[in-house]
Amino acid sequence: MDTTSTLRTRQAREAVVIRFAGDSGDGMQVTGSRFTVETALAGNDLTTFPDFPAEIRAPAGTTFGVSAFQIQFGARDVVTPGDAVDVLVAMNPAALKVEVKDLRRGGTILVDTGAFTERNLTKAGFPANPLEDGSLAPYQVLTFDITRLTTEAVKPFGLSSREAHRCRNMWALGLMLWMYGRDRQATIEWLHRKFADRAELAQANVAAVNAGHAFGETAEMSEHLVGYTVPSAPVEPGRYRTVSGTEALAWGLIAGMRAAGLEKMIFAGYPITPASLLLHTLANLKAYGVVTFQAEDEIAAIGAAIGAAYSGALGVTSSSGPGMALKTEMLGLAIATELPIVVINSQRAGPSTGMPTKAEQSDLFQAVHGRNGDAPLAVIAAATAVDCFEVAIEAVRIATTYMTPVIVLSDAYLAHAAEPWRLPDATALPKFPVHFRTDPADFHPFLRDPVTLARAWAVPGTPGLEHRIGGLEKDYDTGHISYDPDNHARMTRTRAAKIAGIASGIPPQRVALGDDHGAVAVVGWGSTYGAIHRAVSEARDEGGDVSHIHLRYLNPFPRNLGELLSRFERILVPEMNDGQLVQLLRAAYLVPAIGLSKVEGKPFKVSEIVQAIESTLKGQP
Amino acid sequence: MTVTTITDAELAPKDYASDQEVRWCPGCGDYAILKAVQKALAELGAPRERTVFVSGIGCAARFPYYLSTYGFHTIHGRAPAIATGIKLANPGLDVWVVTGDGDGLSIGGNHMLHVLRRNVDLQIILFNNEIYGLTKGQYSPTSRRGTHSPSTPQGSIESPVSPCAFALGAGARFVARAVDTQQPEVVALLKRAHAHHGASFVEVFQNCVVFNDGVFDHFTSKDVASDTQLHVEHGKPLVFGRNRERGLRLKPGTVALEVVPVGEGGVPPGDILVHDETNRALAQLLVALEPPAFPVALGVLYCNPAASYEAEVYAQARAAGFTGEPADLGALLRREGTWTVAP
Ligand SMILES: Cc1ncc(C[n+]2csc(CCOP(=O)(O)OP(=O)(O)O)c2C)c(N)n1
Ligand code: SF4
Ligand SMILES: [Mg+2]
Repeated sequence: MDTTSTLRTRQAREAVVIRFAGDSGDGMQVTGSRFTVETALAGNDLTTFPDFPAEIRAPAGTTFGVSAFQIQFGARDVVTPGDAVDVLVAMNPAALKVEVKDLRRGGTILVDTGAFTERNLTKAGFPANPLEDGSLAPYQVLTFDITRLTTEAVKPFGLSSREAHRCRNMWALGLMLWMYGRDRQATIEWLHRKFADRAELAQANVAAVNAGHAFGETAEMSEHLVGYTVPSAPVEPGRYRTVSGTEALAWGLIAGMRAAGLEKMIFAGYPITPASLLLHTLANLKAYGVVTFQAEDEIAAIGAAIGAAYSGALGVTSSSGPGMALKTEMLGLAIATELPIVVINSQRAGPSTGMPTKAEQSDLFQAVHGRNGDAPLAVIAAATAVDCFEVAIEAVRIATTYMTPVIVLSDAYLAHAAEPWRLPDATALPKFPVHFRTDPADFHPFLRDPVTLARAWAVPGTPGLEHRIGGLEKDYDTGHISYDPDNHARMTRTRAAKIAGIASGIPPQRVALGDDHGAVAVVGWGSTYGAIHRAVSEARDEGGDVSHIHLRYLNPFPRNLGELLSRFERILVPEMNDGQLVQLLRAAYLVPAIGLSKVEGKPFKVSEIVQAIESTLKGQP
Repeated sequence: MTVTTITDAELAPKDYASDQEVRWCPGCGDYAILKAVQKALAELGAPRERTVFVSGIGCAARFPYYLSTYGFHTIHGRAPAIATGIKLANPGLDVWVVTGDGDGLSIGGNHMLHVLRRNVDLQIILFNNEIYGLTKGQYSPTSRRGTHSPSTPQGSIESPVSPCAFALGAGARFVARAVDTQQPEVVALLKRAHAHHGASFVEVFQNCVVFNDGVFDHFTSKDVASDTQLHVEHGKPLVFGRNRERGLRLKPGTVALEVVPVGEGGVPPGDILVHDETNRALAQLLVALEPPAFPVALGVLYCNPAASYEAEVYAQARAAGFTGEPADLGALLRREGTWTVAP
């Protein structure tokens, strides 16, 4: 390594994508999160995405034990974690092997040569050392013996060699913070808090961060190692924080409960990746009126949510993949008894157990149609981590206003993805107080609001309103069991009309980007928002007549959607499934929508959508 | 939800009946249980507005429609889950679960296990008719080996589960057993179950006149009842028989019960076991007794209260800052890691 000192000026960059990758035990998630915080504090816009292995403790050094964290940050609106990686930090050969394919040509690789031992190379499946065989020629490779440099830096603190080894990630973090001209203060304070009862660990980790930083700063450097500046993004003034989709959902549910004037939320779940995170998050928010319940299975979890709703609380359950399938019969009960619950589905690749940690949007049909009988309910989807907050509030509003279950579609990507969020004024959030029925006069449980068609919410404990409900069909006029054919037809149509009527209370569909008419509309839903948005933006920069329409409301659709779509010549529907929204749109509006399907358990790349837009503009299928 | 109790004029059993026509087969044991429940509610002075009956699916599960309290007829096997949600949302409600042997031990066996082990404060009445009534007579998980039914034309080859043994195994802290037609006993047990904090499990032997008529006759018919039923009472010796001439004692040298003569020419009175309803090991021996060698044990077999689930849930919630009052949402959002962008 070249050790001559050169005074280098920093180069400017619009946006940068960094991926930290290493063994599961190398602390890459922590490294990424800390880099994120320092980047946010520096005023960049950003989006992050962690990618960790499905195995809990995969054997060290293997390719399936690689854990990665990606961040894109920049001076302009950053809406995805980035298609191609600019800088790959690879803490071992396996990480290099797995992640290098996403690195752009000419991108930078930082490796810890100390981890490139014969043994680790074999475990990663490299026949020869890639640092020596020329296979990395398309990239700029920067090699440091991070293992040795870290060991030296933490020597004064008397750690075991294992503990010392675990400080490598902080050394790498220090170097990356230097590279992008970031502060270290928040990280140093965080380390002191984290290791409050083990001062020597705190000091050693801080020393490692400082050593990595100093390495960049001082003479011991490769002349190839350049510092960059990424100007801060023009952002609205206000108080900010980074928020993941899971946190935003949790807080949005609490905000929704408050908006509805409800005293408590009963949140019931059964552990399943990636939905468990929400259960964990809410379990720590009891002070905000949340009671969490880990049920014996997903059926019991939604059952408890229904029982809670029946008793006048906000009933919420959350699951994923196979767990959602188990909730089906209970959803039917909530529809028949017209009780307000919120069901959050963090979609993952299926069918069956599928790929638990990989995002997909393949439960849309299930959400809209997947029940026995004519069983309509409301379905909405979150587009970004920040959007999860509003979507959760909206789910509570629809559920309590219309006395219906609401399915919120999120996914494995949104559960983990994080971005900066300008905090809303908590006092200015919407209000939609519920009205419990208390008047016994002429009461029966299926009395309906003439406008919303919602049935009366009469909760146990209310004198004079004692009544019986259940899954058997009920008489429209009395609420008693009824097998009368005309009554069943009337109740079926009323349930359908109630859900259809939700469309009257939601905003008309707007165009997210571009004109409200033209050659091509790219219609998306859910977490593909960022990639579609960027792709449409790029296509428009090239002069393409294309607009982005992103749906939050999937059942019912907004009132004006059919008319809006009719103003475009072609409709392109990118989805992380084998073509579901595209079919719903065709069925609802008889429009010639064409699908763009991606089912690799990975988010769309912007470039993939740009290409599809180009062919669609040319009129190619 | 705050609960207001109206203490209007004393309610009679008929005041707990709804206006719905009861639709069980004539002669079904469910009628007797319904009457006993209404009587128990009246004797307890249960406020109708605070009382909730939750059921699954089956003949037994039609129960809530026939009561004038709050009622929720849910789906097959899942009533314990919904009842748990009700108690979590409003621990002040008095919640009863009505289930059948198929509902509670087949499709819903998992929920039954967990609601008992968690000790949610519910009264759970399992109507055991050893058959699937509503679906027209298939064998159930409590049907004895050899039971002929539409789905077992050659007789069932499965070993039945004993509901009370299952409940004890699941960690239930109140386990009792009764016969549908013995109204005073059923009423007394329901009142005991109601007084117990935590999950109370009551098995009622219920005669299905259509699909399993007389399955319990060998210990319920008048001529044999006193020789085949042991009515246990806390602190009283375990004796039975027309003239209370037989008793239970521990067989010397092993952990098993044996039937011995008492009184003149019998074993010394001190040998006869005295019922201790807090003794789990004894309860386990009692639930397993079967005719013809032994009598069927009825009454409160086990009662050993502990804090109920929802009480502990709320104790933890309060320790974590739950007050029931709206907390500061703004403070939550600003908890940590925020930064300010100046105008
Ligand atoms: C998911 C589901 N599966 C099957 C049924 C059909 N089913 C209704 S009741 C019942 C069995 C009831 O037996 P039990 O619980 O013993 O009640 P009983 O009718 O004997 O009182 C079955 C299988 C159903 N309603 N739901
Ligand atoms: S089928 Fe049996 S259990 Fe059902 S109502 Fe008739 S007698 Fe009673
Ligand atoms: Mg039965």
